[in-house]
Amino acid sequence: MGDFNNPEADLDRFRFRLGFAAVFVIVCFGILIGRFVWLQVIQHDFYQTRAEDNRIALIPIVPNRGIITDRNGIVLAHNYSAFTLEITPAQAGNLEETINTLAEIIDIQPKDRKRFKRLLDEAKNFESIPIRTRLSDAEVAKFSAHRYRFPGVEVKARLFRQYPLGTVASHAIGYIGRITERDLKWIEDSEKQANYKGTDHIGKTGLEQHYEFELHGETGYEQVEIDAGGRALRSLKRIPPVSGNNLQLTLDIKLQEITEKAFGDRKGALVAIDPSTGGVLALVSTPTYDPNLFVDGITPENWKELNDHPDKPMINRTINGAYPPGSTFKPFMALAALEMGKRTPQQAISDPGYFTFGNHTFRDDKKGGHGVVDMYKSIVHSCDTYYYVLANDLGIDSIAKFMGSLGLGQRTGIDLGKDDSGESKGVLPSPEWKKQRFKRPEQQKWYAGETISIGIGQGYNAYTPIQLAQATATLANNGVMFRPHLVQNIVDTKSGEKRPVEPKPLRDLGWKQKNLDVIHRAMIGVNKEGTGTRAFAGAPYSVGGKTGTAQVFSLKGAQYKESAVKKHLRDHALFIAYAPVENPKIALAVLVENGGFGAQSAAPIARMVLDYYLLGKLPAGAAQEDSEAIEEEHEE
Amino acid sequence: MMDIVGTLRRTWANAVAHIDFPLLLITAAIMAVGLGTVYSATYDSTHRMMSQAGNMGIALVVMWVVARIPPQKLMSFAIPLYIVGVVLLIAVFLFGIKVNGARRWLSIGITRIQPSEIMKIAMPLMLAWYFHKYEATLKLRHYGVAALLLLLPFGLVAKQPDLGTALLIGGAGFYVIFFAGLPWKIIIGLLASAAAAAPILWNMLHDYQQKRILTLIDPTTDPLGSGYHIIQSTIAIGSGGAFGKGFLNGTQTHLEFIPEKHTDFIFAVYSEEWGLLGNATLVALYTLLIGRGLMIASAAPTTFSRLLAGAITLGFFTYAFINMGMVSGILPVVGVPLPFMSYGGTALITLFLGIGILMSIQTHRMLVKK
Repeated sequence: MGDFNNPEADLDRFRFRLGFAAVFVIVCFGILIGRFVWLQVIQHDFYQTRAEDNRIALIPIVPNRGIITDRNGIVLAHNYSAFTLEITPAQAGNLEETINTLAEIIDIQPKDRKRFKRLLDEAKNFESIPIRTRLSDAEVAKFSAHRYRFPGVEVKARLFRQYPLGTVASHAIGYIGRITERDLKWIEDSEKQANYKGTDHIGKTGLEQHYEFELHGETGYEQVEIDAGGRALRSLKRIPPVSGNNLQLTLDIKLQEITEKAFGDRKGALVAIDPSTGGVLALVSTPTYDPNLFVDGITPENWKELNDHPDKPMINRTINGAYPPGSTFKPFMALAALEMGKRTPQQAISDPGYFTFGNHTFRDDKKGGHGVVDMYKSIVHSCDTYYYVLANDLGIDSIAKFMGSLGLGQRTGIDLGKDDSGESKGVLPSPEWKKQRFKRPEQQKWYAGETISIGIGQGYNAYTPIQLAQATATLANNGVMFRPHLVQNIVDTKSGEKRPVEPKPLRDLGWKQKNLDVIHRAMIGVNKEGTGTRAFAGAPYSVGGKTGTAQVFSLKGAQYKESAVKKHLRDHALFIAYAPVENPKIALAVLVENGGFGAQSAAPIARMVLDYYLLGKLPAGAAQEDSEAIEEEHEE
Repeated sequence: MMDIVGTLRRTWANAVAHIDFPLLLITAAIMAVGLGTVYSATYDSTHRMMSQAGNMGIALVVMWVVARIPPQKLMSFAIPLYIVGVVLLIAVFLFGIKVNGARRWLSIGITRIQPSEIMKIAMPLMLAWYFHKYEATLKLRHYGVAALLLLLPFGLVAKQPDLGTALLIGGAGFYVIFFAGLPWKIIIGLLASAAAAAPILWNMLHDYQQKRILTLIDPTTDPLGSGYHIIQSTIAIGSGGAFGKGFLNGTQTHLEFIPEKHTDFIFAVYSEEWGLLGNATLVALYTLLIGRGLMIASAAPTTFSRLLAGAITLGFFTYAFINMGMVSGILPVVGVPLPFMSYGGTALITLFLGIGILMSIQTHRMLVKK
């Protein structure tokens, strides 16, 4: 019994200790209250004075944002310093009156007032807010003479972002804009709050957003004596900011500019890639927009115009437009057949001009058919029947597996936007995809008949131009696949050291060289004796290509509705190409929305891009004066 | 008609059956004060306040759920939770993410967790279970085992280094041992040897921790470095005076003199704007909260629930006292948030886990007696 404790005594002891704890709590809190009385009553006057002339404030100094240049050092985004007229509301008294008086000596437009009001609502109490940006020297002088009349108003030098080439490559570069609540969350999630004190702009899209934390730089601080109103009196110590890192792109801006001009007022997209690195040489989405409109806060009118425009200039078609690849799909189908051993190059069909499956007839473009067609001819003359039969023989699962390995129907992970989620996946048709895409069981089933039109790049097929370009580059590079990327070097401003963005091969698809040779030969044939002959007449380099024509869908493309395809809308024109075939320097995919046949409108653009990139000149007959104008713009 | 009213009444009665209203009202009052202060501290955007309100919603749900779990069931979580906590702390020690020189976080794919947070509850739960199990045959060696159970996670957290959290965990564990009846002789002996060992401990502290204690004794030695926090927060409190500068009128706050003003230093913001009157009110609210908790502990039917309730309640006291003490300059700056006031979802959820446990102990009391 002696080993056991007495529960009654235990409880008493516990309650005694509770009481002891309560006393302890009250004593501790009593000490706290004593401390508060000391600080807030007895020493109040002392601290009151300390607070009033609280001297040291840390004022952030915003770093210069990194500069973006193309592969040859041509500046695409930089900063310039300009004078702004700013009001600190806490010191200015009646704002309305101040602005009215200011308007007597400086030109202040209604839009300036509107912006000021908007910024005022967002701003902190003691921050100065611009009423006018980009003052002229004359205006600065004029205001300085009247300065004494305006307490709380001052001229400040601020840095502004500028995109000197305007609309050129705007979808790649992106733009910056004022930080919103959503951006704040991004900053907090990345634990960068401290570094963003004083920063009011942030990358909103494109490279500006993807490389935000490289471009931003490190915020510096100035310790200043300030008075209770927040006015700086004297600088005590300064930790200078470190400018953001510069980006050197893989993009060739002259090539980009020529390509954009070649599109004219047609809608479309072009992506050109260096197959041996994945470096993007041109990334065109037309129509474009002027990113400079966004820097100061876009006006509601401009925003409405850009957003409501039927041609959707704000959409980056290269990564967000999903289109059926049409006949550009055929070389990949043929390669799949060779790799799986389902065809030999010599194996031929006799094409009557149609293929019957069940009770449905799939027609070839050419009435009466192409006669005897082997693999070479099927690509050169773009024979549909050959691929109807092939698709049926391969089956949807094999097709999906092969095309998936090429990156079709998946995000490429190109360095645009905050993360991958800005990029569209497109549609790689498969029974699994259909199961996920549709809700009703009868829609979820994959019908064998649906496989047939997959073979010619129609049906549910929908890929982004960047995916098509990546697939073409992979083919050109004999199966070694790279992730497309736009930045070649990140130039560290602190050390001056260049950090190259290493091209890393994503995977080697391990295709057999003899199979590849068949496809390469056929794709050269396309431009020598097939559908691309006219566009590539007289080209002094060897070039592989394939034309394509895709039935029109809505831009988002993920949904295939036969009834929605309006007859009066022309088809989309496509072209994929790479050159020189033996040692490819460039691979590309072009798409012209509503451009009709690929051979007609897409192939000539491809020719222009290849000629310019490989030969440094435009094909004879192309708008020569344009290129000269560009030369002059960039050469100093 | 009567039926619907009756059903509704019964549903309501069932929903609130395990809510202790005095406890709920006191915490709600403190949280209301906290929300207003977060609003003032992050005046340039309401995003923090909204997100804190969201955190409070989630925390209340956690409380409601926990309150419905009977203490016997809670007891069965003690060992697994403790083991998981210790394993995660070891994982942090081995592969944790380093942020600002401290290894506190563990990445689990989508998000990051701070395992030391789990220990704040797991520690008292484990020790309360342990003393409950051996209540009838308690010997001195059991206190020794309990001390080892306490020191392992305490050491791991202190090593991260996170002295603030280590103190909270250590405190919670010590309270259980204290309430379980650790002889006074040993307590006094420990205090004496701690005083003797202080110089050795001093040398074990990290540089920045030493610096914090030194600047506490004389903040003016480093006015722009580690003394800056304490100088600015005492100015904020002192200049608040008897009645405060008024809501949103704190110059120390709005001129950005107070660092970490919505988290660890939120008390300076509150104190500047509401003065001594506000401080006294807040301390009174905490005293009520602790009083209610001690009442629950005193009436609790089993050793387990008694020890747990007592330790959790004194845990709230530790939080509040250390935080207000450091902000007003009588304790060193350790990263301890002000309970129910500071911004932050994780801490809030941990606190409400504690409140939920107290409610569970209180409301299941009758059932045990029956």
